[in-house]
Amino acid sequence: MIGGLFIYNHKGEVLISRVYRDDIGRNAVDAFRVNVIHARQQVRSPVTNIARTSFFHVKRSNIWLAAVTKQNVNAAMVFEFLYKMCDVMTAYFGKISEENIKNNFVLIYELLDEILDFGYPQNSETGALKTFITQQGIKGQPQTKEEQSQITSQVTGQIGWRREGIKYRRNELFLDVLESVNLLMSPQGQVLSAHVSGRVVMKSYLSGMPECKFGMNDKIVIDKQGKGGTTDDPGKSELGGSGKQSIAIDDCTFHQCVRLSKFDSERSISFIPPDGEYELMRYRTTKDIILPFRVIPLVREVGRTKLEVKVVIKSNFKPSLLAQKIEVRIPTPLNTSGVQVICMKGKAKYKASENAIVWKIKRMAGMKESQISAEIELLPTNDKKKWARPPISMNFEVPFAPSGLKVRYLKVFESKLNYSDHDVIKWVRYIGRSGIYETRC
Amino acid sequence: MTDSKYFTTTKKGEIFELKAELNSDKKEKKKEAVKKVIASMTVGKDVSALFPDVVNCMQTDNLELKKLVYLYLMNYAKSQPDMAIMAVNTFVKDCEDPNPLIRALAVRTMGCIRVDKITEYLCEPLRKCLKDEDPYVRKTAAVCVAKLHDINAQLVEDQGFLDTLKDLISDSNPMVVANAVAALSEIAESHPNSNLLDLNPQTINKLLTALNECTEWGQIFILDCLANYTPRDDRESQSICERVTPRLSHANSAVVLSAVKVLMKFMEMLPKDLDYYGTLLKKLAPPLVTLLSAEPELQYVALRNINLIVQKRPEILKHEMKVFFVKYNDPIYVKLEKLDIMIRLASQANIAQVLAELKEYATEVDVDFVRKAVRAIGRCAIKVEQSAERCVSTLLDLIQTKVNYVVQEAIVVIKDIFRKYPNKYESVIATLCENLDSLDEPEARAAMIWIVGEYAERIDNADELLESFLEGFHDESTQVQLQLLTAIVKLFLKKPTETQELVQQVLSLATQDSDNPDLRDRGYIYWRLLSTDPVAAKEVVLAEKPLISEETDLIEPTLLEELICHIGTLASVYHKPPSAFVEGSRGVQHRRLPPRAGSGESAESPDVGQSGTSEAPPAVIPSQGDLLGDLLNLDLAPPTATVPPVQPSMQMGAMDLLGGGLDSLMGDESDTLGGDIGGSPSMGAGLGAAPAAMPAALGGAPAIGGGLGDLFDLGGGVGMPTGSYVPPKTMWLPAMKAKGLEISGTFARRGGIIQMDLSLTNKAMSVMTDFAIQFNRNSFGLAPAGPLQVLTPLSPNQTIDVSLPLSTSGPVMKMEPLNNLQVAVKNNIDVFYFSCQYPLSLLFVEDGKMERQVFLATWKDIPNDNEAQFQIKDIHLNSDAASNKLQGSNIFTIAKRTVEGQDMLYQSIKLTNGIWVLAEMRVQTGNPNYTEMELSIKCRAPEVSQFVYQCYELVLKN
Repeated sequence: MIGGLFIYNHKGEVLISRVYRDDIGRNAVDAFRVNVIHARQQVRSPVTNIARTSFFHVKRSNIWLAAVTKQNVNAAMVFEFLYKMCDVMTAYFGKISEENIKNNFVLIYELLDEILDFGYPQNSETGALKTFITQQGIKGQPQTKEEQSQITSQVTGQIGWRREGIKYRRNELFLDVLESVNLLMSPQGQVLSAHVSGRVVMKSYLSGMPECKFGMNDKIVIDKQGKGGTTDDPGKSELGGSGKQSIAIDDCTFHQCVRLSKFDSERSISFIPPDGEYELMRYRTTKDIILPFRVIPLVREVGRTKLEVKVVIKSNFKPSLLAQKIEVRIPTPLNTSGVQVICMKGKAKYKASENAIVWKIKRMAGMKESQISAEIELLPTNDKKKWARPPISMNFEVPFAPSGLKVRYLKVFESKLNYSDHDVIKWVRYIGRSGIYETRC
Repeated sequence: MTDSKYFTTTKKGEIFELKAELNSDKKEKKKEAVKKVIASMTVGKDVSALFPDVVNCMQTDNLELKKLVYLYLMNYAKSQPDMAIMAVNTFVKDCEDPNPLIRALAVRTMGCIRVDKITEYLCEPLRKCLKDEDPYVRKTAAVCVAKLHDINAQLVEDQGFLDTLKDLISDSNPMVVANAVAALSEIAESHPNSNLLDLNPQTINKLLTALNECTEWGQIFILDCLANYTPRDDRESQSICERVTPRLSHANSAVVLSAVKVLMKFMEMLPKDLDYYGTLLKKLAPPLVTLLSAEPELQYVALRNINLIVQKRPEILKHEMKVFFVKYNDPIYVKLEKLDIMIRLASQANIAQVLAELKEYATEVDVDFVRKAVRAIGRCAIKVEQSAERCVSTLLDLIQTKVNYVVQEAIVVIKDIFRKYPNKYESVIATLCENLDSLDEPEARAAMIWIVGEYAERIDNADELLESFLEGFHDESTQVQLQLLTAIVKLFLKKPTETQELVQQVLSLATQDSDNPDLRDRGYIYWRLLSTDPVAAKEVVLAEKPLISEETDLIEPTLLEELICHIGTLASVYHKPPSAFVEGSRGVQHRRLPPRAGSGESAESPDVGQSGTSEAPPAVIPSQGDLLGDLLNLDLAPPTATVPPVQPSMQMGAMDLLGGGLDSLMGDESDTLGGDIGGSPSMGAGLGAAPAAMPAALGGAPAIGGGLGDLFDLGGGVGMPTGSYVPPKTMWLPAMKAKGLEISGTFARRGGIIQMDLSLTNKAMSVMTDFAIQFNRNSFGLAPAGPLQVLTPLSPNQTIDVSLPLSTSGPVMKMEPLNNLQVAVKNNIDVFYFSCQYPLSLLFVEDGKMERQVFLATWKDIPNDNEAQFQIKDIHLNSDAASNKLQGSNIFTIAKRTVEGQDMLYQSIKLTNGIWVLAEMRVQTGNPNYTEMELSIKCRAPEVSQFVYQCYELVLKN
């Protein structure tokens, strides 16, 4: 299991050092600094073995988190734990920075003591942790016995992510369907790979221990129900650019509150939600994706010192919808000396430091097209290596789910308290963003 | 509040100040001080001097302060064991605290204090905590047992904690179960043979129930533990799989991977015709693909594992090629792993896409990645035959980019393509040769040299190319040197006439000037092979090579099985068994996959994929396959005993019987002349130098001196031309090979004296002097009976004939073939080596006529196994003529019989070393042409029969 956990600043100075196992000595701290942080070349692997000691590291801004072990640990677990550790720290004191870590080092030690015992990760749900570890130190002693046992039963209990006795005057929940659409397209417009990775993020402000049931237009469920099974559609969800009835989900994963065995057998998503914001599920689709934009590149080399670039973007969704924050990034060679740009819409600028022309458009409706052309002057070089021609990438945000996913219902049952599903105010929002949306040129 | 200020205290006398603060009466001040201590501890300052003061702060009801003190204790208790005892009371007291958080904190911290004296006090509180009413305390106590076991295993066993821990598996709280499982698994790992984790269907059921309810981490502990269980039969295996599959949808990648591990392992037991087996296979792909949308570090772990899974069960991901396409922004470690998997998944169906991608990657920036992409193109060519042509043209395109490392990598892979598809793409060689100068990496140079050697006959200037490499031979890496050696030998065997010098040069570089034993040994092997029997050498060196295997870099099946059992762990990331990187006994157990259940399939190897689509695992070819292959060929080559001793192509020059006689006459004169010269010190030195230059492996330097003196006089004997047959001179050492010295020669036996007739020609531009000759040990102990008499100097374009008398008293070593003779000739320029073969008739002595009675007795005495039968065709002689002719060569006819129209001649031969050879020759008298004779040879040393027969043939036909 994890033998020790170190946090370093960008210089390699130790900010936090917690050793869990006897086989990890103080020299491990230095070994990582010397061999990884101060290493001359780029990091070639997130797992490094130095003198039979394995180091797992992740970086958050310029802070290094490293877990150390001498055993054959579950590597996936170690990384998941490091991410979780980051989440927990962020939940407690915001951004992970040198200053924040130094300011909260006592808290971090306390957390490390609680969520990692002898190198075994323990309950790391912030909801539960916050009941007994606070930024003001541990809650004072005057706790009643009931309170104490409530804490322990929550930390160890089946529903470790939610505490009892939550009360809201207004029962409300927000559902965000956040999708990022990824594309790799050949210069000829052939889709090399495309997929949507989506997340359903929920903010729940519900009283008691509500039992929730979530439904979407999952092809397997719809097919099973046949055509008559649409009665419980609350009709609150608005449809994006798709008129599809159901979508094929390649795979999905759930927050630990979801009863996986029930999903496996009935494909129904039922759970008792944590309080506040959390990620209910992640999913991935690859079929029938609506690609909101198409990029058509045209790069022509005029002699050795000039490059002509023309890029057309076409929006491909309902004309009534508006895409926002559109940004097209056209890479330029390293030896670019000057660029002249003409675009019909938006603003375009050559950014020498980023080796790219950045073209920004604030808004663009569906079924439109826009164009940019640029002349790139090149310095003559004797560098034999060809320019690698990085792909043209795009960023945007659209108000629909490119996968075609629709929320059909989210039902809330709380038998002990006197509110029903109809009393809960529900909000659903769809946001489609660009993931890695690239067209080769 | 800002705690960062504690990091900035670097004043002198700090410890002293802290001490005062720690002993302050004010709680707040105390706490501040402890925080400062912890901050100093973090940055690596030694604050152990404050131990008693810090421990004094332990008695507090402030939980935050208590925790800080505990943190300090855990760090320094070991260095101050006596003082650590002071803390025991507080721990014991805290373990009785009404607050479960405090009880747990105490037992948790106590386990981390690795002081023997303290562990004794720990036992009682721990026993209580294991049975605490609060699950939070129990789950902490469960881990504490593992801690205690790490400090003192015996104590844990003696105190019966292991049994209590086992009981906790049935606890009502899932987290207690999970921690108990984790603790037991760890303890069991250090007792490989104990039955500690007594997994039976009941406990498995409990674990599976807890699996649904515990935290994500607990699920990992339980799944990892389940993976060690071996179900009793396929039904149990299936039911566990069914209960584990829902975990594939967990958001935590580690839960998913651990579930994959359990499924991959238990799947082995399911009969393949089972519907569920297919369902399970289908269920595995989506979660594996989903792992690729995780953070890059996890992607890396996932990809390393997918690499294993793809090798084990290629069918799972065979349709998922696209998800492994590299993204521009992927970290390099993800890119490299994806590339690896892409090649594994490449098949005829997706090869076009893959190739297009690879070509794209080959223009990227990262050198390692580009190299790997180029290599991948080569691997595609080898894997998917239909794509080979496109791959080759893609590689050629890449070579045209002239990017140095791309060119080098491309040449390395093209070499492999040649090995897979010989005689198909050689048209590209010209393009490759153009880039010869830019190659600066050993692997690329070696590959290029291999190509030149392998296809020497198609490359006009192969010798020039190789020669250019030879100039800096000593600066090359071993890999290149070895390859160069082999390539030049190949070249020589293909174009022997022009490249003798070259091969001579490389052999001497490899054997004399190199310290590398591999190189030297290989040099000797080639040298010996070439000098002994060029035909055999040809068969060996130019033998058909085994084709390169389709799959490369596969993990060896037993290791793969073990790694599959370690999915998700570090072992699967390193692709090494845990024993390779874990110290001590932990993790040294080798895990194996369970055998498959079911009727006919039990005997089947678990490696065989579904429905017979995959074959037996292909053999792994190491990256230096070609080098090894060449050496292997040596071993595989058939024995060369049956090869005729005289190579037809070497037979040159007109028949010149008279010349031989003249030579011998001339030899007489030169002998007398040479008497003086032989005595000159320079000559002696020359002779001395020659043996020193002879390689040790060839049997050391023969001590000639003595024999030389004895026989010196004999050399002066008059050559008596008898009827003995003297074969025409053949070329022994071409000028190309010996810096302009050309030697041709033959052997003769004249009046009982063996002579070596040599023609030395100077084809160089400069004068040659100081000739000397030396023989290697040989089968019949032939040795020069005098020095080589050469009228020095030998001017350019001059030829002289020398006759060298030979004795048979030299050192003996059996040669292959028997009549092989290795010769070293020295002149003022260099030492040259060649080998020649002498007719055995040279050794037939004049008193070889056996008594009839003795003949009969001997004939009967020699076992029939030793009898060899030969046929001699196209002889136009009758038995008497033949008999006369043979007599001239000391083959004596003892008796003659005519039976049923056949003449039977009984003959005897005696060799110089006293071996008798008896022969029965049957001649068809009825046939006027006497075209056929049958020869039976009997000898106690049957290996000579073959050569005796050759003498018969030679004599009778000439």
